Amino acid sequence: MHDLFFAPFALGFMRRALIGCLALSVAAPPLGVFLVLRRMSLMSDVMQHGVLPGIALGAAFAGLSVWAMGLGGVAAGLLVALLAGFLSRTKGAREDSQLAGVYLIALALGVALISAQRGIDLTHVLFGSVLAVDDPALYAMAGVATITLPALALIWRPLILESLDPGFMAATGGKGGLWHLIFLALVVLCVVAGFVALGTLMSVGLMMLPAIGSRHWSASLQGQITASVVLAAISSVVGLLLSYHTDIPTGPAIVLTAGALWMLGLLCGPHASLRESG
Amino acid sequence: MGDAVKPPPIRLDHLTLRHGTRTVVSELSGVFAPGSLTALTGDNGAGKTTLLRAFAGLHPPTSGTIDLGGLAPSDIALLPQGSQLDRAFPIACRDVVALGLAGRLGPFKGIDAAQLRQAEEALAAVGLPEMGKRAIGALSAGQFQRVLFARLMLQDAPVLLLDEPFAAVDTATAADLLAILHRWHKDGKTIVVVLHDPEMVSLHFPQTLHLAGPNTTWGPTPAWAPRAAA
Repeated sequence: MHDLFFAPFALGFMRRALIGCLALSVAAPPLGVFLVLRRMSLMSDVMQHGVLPGIALGAAFAGLSVWAMGLGGVAAGLLVALLAGFLSRTKGAREDSQLAGVYLIALALGVALISAQRGIDLTHVLFGSVLAVDDPALYAMAGVATITLPALALIWRPLILESLDPGFMAATGGKGGLWHLIFLALVVLCVVAGFVALGTLMSVGLMMLPAIGSRHWSASLQGQITASVVLAAISSVVGLLLSYHTDIPTGPAIVLTAGALWMLGLLCGPHASLRESG
Repeated sequence: MGDAVKPPPIRLDHLTLRHGTRTVVSELSGVFAPGSLTALTGDNGAGKTTLLRAFAGLHPPTSGTIDLGGLAPSDIALLPQGSQLDRAFPIACRDVVALGLAGRLGPFKGIDAAQLRQAEEALAAVGLPEMGKRAIGALSAGQFQRVLFARLMLQDAPVLLLDEPFAAVDTATAADLLAILHRWHKDGKTIVVVLHDPEMVSLHFPQTLHLAGPNTTWGPTPAWAPRAAA
């Protein structure tokens, strides 16, 4: 019992990964809930691929520094978010196809840039490595969580109004685009913050899967956000243990756990589940 | 609510509005008097919705001017037809109604207990008492339109623009909402309502603006004559 659940966290790198992932579990899933409600789930795909070229460029200029790679990732993520927003306003094609086009290019570019450099392991960037969570990475995760929560609280009402009824917001003189942009910036921050431990592909998993699963546990926004944080925290702890005992990389272990929790909610949660609809 | 509101007159001066490449309103001039209750009629595509959106500042005029007499955007309440509101959003009726205050409070100022009570009272006034905590996803089309009217009450704007507010609701709801409209008229608000039903227009609306291109008419509502077949 003790060996299974507690002994692994006696190790320094496991403790650091645990604290970092729990910090992200508090900050990222509430953003995921809003992405789901705004029917922008595809945007999370765009983000996870969009930050990749920036991380690669950051590494090319400043070596394997978390800060350089992180800043590059944030800049690239914001650029891609703006580009996606611009493309969705231009007419002539369906929005989702354009988003898919953007993230495919970003992914290919990111992989090309990373492969061109020696010293970066592509697998670690994409899927994370628990051993790589050093102090700067931990500060980044905790720092982003510290910024994200108050910022989300601050834009809470306008963000709800803009998600609920954008036409009403525009008619009452609200600046819908501004809140949307701040929200996307927070999403980019959380995706980038998770990349050391979870990888760019998997850090979105910690944001989205608990958010997708949360609607099976509550019918209210507050309830869904609370549920998403709890689901993410459980996924972090169980996923890290799974990773430790089975040698599965951390990112996939956490995401698979979050996926299993979603399936559990889908099957027998108290709201909108298969059990409930009979 | 029910305070003496004194909206300024809304003056249109040679107003021309284009929708895409098509001119829908051409050289329209006239005044919506303070406290007037006007039915806005016309065929589909005659420019009724475009005109309302122009009043609300959401559609720039091609030429001519709309003089709102110094009203701010939050002084004009627009209820669009088939609201963009996402009815799958997990939010309670009372909170939707309270968001009617958003235009006046801005993004950050808190909604206090008295204002939440005001939201509950508005829900009661539109015939939905005890529904404050109910999620909007559970409402019928008629109940949902009542919630939007309650939100208009909290907006408490001196000018109201309603786009076919009775189109998708049952007759009992339409009658209740019409009574609320008359109460607002008595309070002195300037109200413009897009309508299709000629009987309702002639029974309840003193003024009519009928958009029909060059044959546009604007003035007291003509007497309604039932169709010969009736």
